[in-house]
Amino acid sequence: MLNSSLAQLGAALHARKISSVELTQLYLDRIAAHNPSLNAYITTNTETSLAQARQADLLLANGNAKPLTGIPIAQKDIFCAKGWRTTCGSKILENFIAPYDAHVIEQFNNAGAVNLGKTNMDEFAMGSSNETSYFGPVNNPWDSGAVPGGSSGGAACAVAARLCAAATGTDTGGSIRQPAALCGISGLKPTYGVCSRYGMIAFASSLDQAGPMGRSAEDLALLLNVMAGFDERDSTSLQRAKEDYARDLARPLNGLRIGLPKEFFTEGMGSDVAKAVDAAIAEFKKLGATIVDISLPNSRLSVPVYYVLAPAEASSNLSRFDGVRYGYRAQDYADLADMYEKSRAQGFGAEVKRRIMIGTYVLSHGYYDAYYLQAQKLRRLIAQDFADAFKQCDVIMGPTSPSTAFKLGEKGDDPVQMYLSDIYTIAVNLAGLPGMSVPCGFGSGGLPVGLQIIGDYFAEARMLNVAHQYQLSTDHHDRAPKNIGV
Amino acid sequence: MSLTNADVLKIASLARIAMNETEIEAARSQLSGIFDLIAEMQAVDTQGVTPMSHAQDVSQRLREDMVTEADQRELFQSIAPQVEAGLYLVPQVIE
Repeated sequence: MLNSSLAQLGAALHARKISSVELTQLYLDRIAAHNPSLNAYITTNTETSLAQARQADLLLANGNAKPLTGIPIAQKDIFCAKGWRTTCGSKILENFIAPYDAHVIEQFNNAGAVNLGKTNMDEFAMGSSNETSYFGPVNNPWDSGAVPGGSSGGAACAVAARLCAAATGTDTGGSIRQPAALCGISGLKPTYGVCSRYGMIAFASSLDQAGPMGRSAEDLALLLNVMAGFDERDSTSLQRAKEDYARDLARPLNGLRIGLPKEFFTEGMGSDVAKAVDAAIAEFKKLGATIVDISLPNSRLSVPVYYVLAPAEASSNLSRFDGVRYGYRAQDYADLADMYEKSRAQGFGAEVKRRIMIGTYVLSHGYYDAYYLQAQKLRRLIAQDFADAFKQCDVIMGPTSPSTAFKLGEKGDDPVQMYLSDIYTIAVNLAGLPGMSVPCGFGSGGLPVGLQIIGDYFAEARMLNVAHQYQLSTDHHDRAPKNIGV
Repeated sequence: MSLTNADVLKIASLARIAMNETEIEAARSQLSGIFDLIAEMQAVDTQGVTPMSHAQDVSQRLREDMVTEADQRELFQSIAPQVEAGLYLVPQVIE
């Protein structure tokens, strides 16, 4: 069961070979056994999950089931789920019980899926190692001394360690793709606007996007079918016809044009990562693809541009945490301003404070043109590079992350080093394009390497097709870490 | 770019984050490093480039001016730090 695809699990549930209650209990038992060492989940709610599973079993018995009915899904703790503690990895929301469901949660509820629990994450999704979580770091299931990546580190860990059938994540600068790469799983960030941001706690609103994390591209397609959809409560949700993201999975790759940006293949990438990515490209050639050399000349600016835009938007979004209507409030304060300042000082962690301060500075009087406006102009140039590239190729490929999973604590003292670990993923968010990561081998120490696949706007079905065909001819995605009892 | 401790204190105050001397010193060195990284983008000539605020060039949707939210005052106030008689309590601001 633990290595079954979502389609296989769905078939087993339909055939009544296993009940949703049994499947949910199986995962809850695994979480109880392995979460103390991995710390992938912040919150589980056994009774609530089992009650949902019982409902799913009724739907299955009545013949009213949908593809994901009864399947246990781990939800990133950034999604508000009614009645569930929703912390966003922060002390400031440590005791926040969400009074409503995010659109993504509603979509899973309507599909009859089971919410298995809320996964650990970097505080407010600000981090690339899961080390900024107030609830402690997550261990990489492939190496307990290594980080799982971030910010969706708990989700990636839970999928890799078989502590859920699949998971959700969010990606502002690489937060789905980088942890997927570091934990050896598949993850997709859709085109900006495909999944609603309603009820997804905001970090940088013009970049934030939800997406699926799972063990294969085929699983991601089934998950995205549920997650995607127009929602009028998100002003940037796109009004588009419903798609079947699995429709192209079987398409052969003959004639596929793969663009390789020269800027992604420089000395910044580890030799073990380069070797695995090169082998993947060779495999695609065998499958009938042709290679096109392309250039994304402005992509080198994506990290500095991102560290203006994302903190600016974060400083505005996080101003809502003031200790008045919900969240943490300091115990002792002299007056209202003191209450705000102490509640925020005690409630936010160091990285969140740093980013709020960067954002506050770049938006402050006299600096707007030099920072925010300049960054928005460069964002246009970065997006234009991709538009030019997609005239010559169907998808772009390269590494997801410059290295395999690094050690816990290794980059903790140097924020700039940490920021540079997202060098290949950030440009995709700035352009609003879809991007994904799939396992493409193992590097030094037997740690997983991720291949990044970038598509043009709304090319998710094609990207999933490309990834699925690769996964039919390779087995990197089927490998499981040792010591997780599989 | 090197920030002074006074700069950091001003930013912290604008951001409504209390900071002590040690924290200001640590923030100053880390923020300076980050602004050095950001400085790279300021050298690029962007004259004539239209700023990009969102990935999709779509216009803001409008909707009918109708009530769409149900009253959930009690539920919302059940998670507030301090309420009294249906009101959120904060320190007195007007004498």
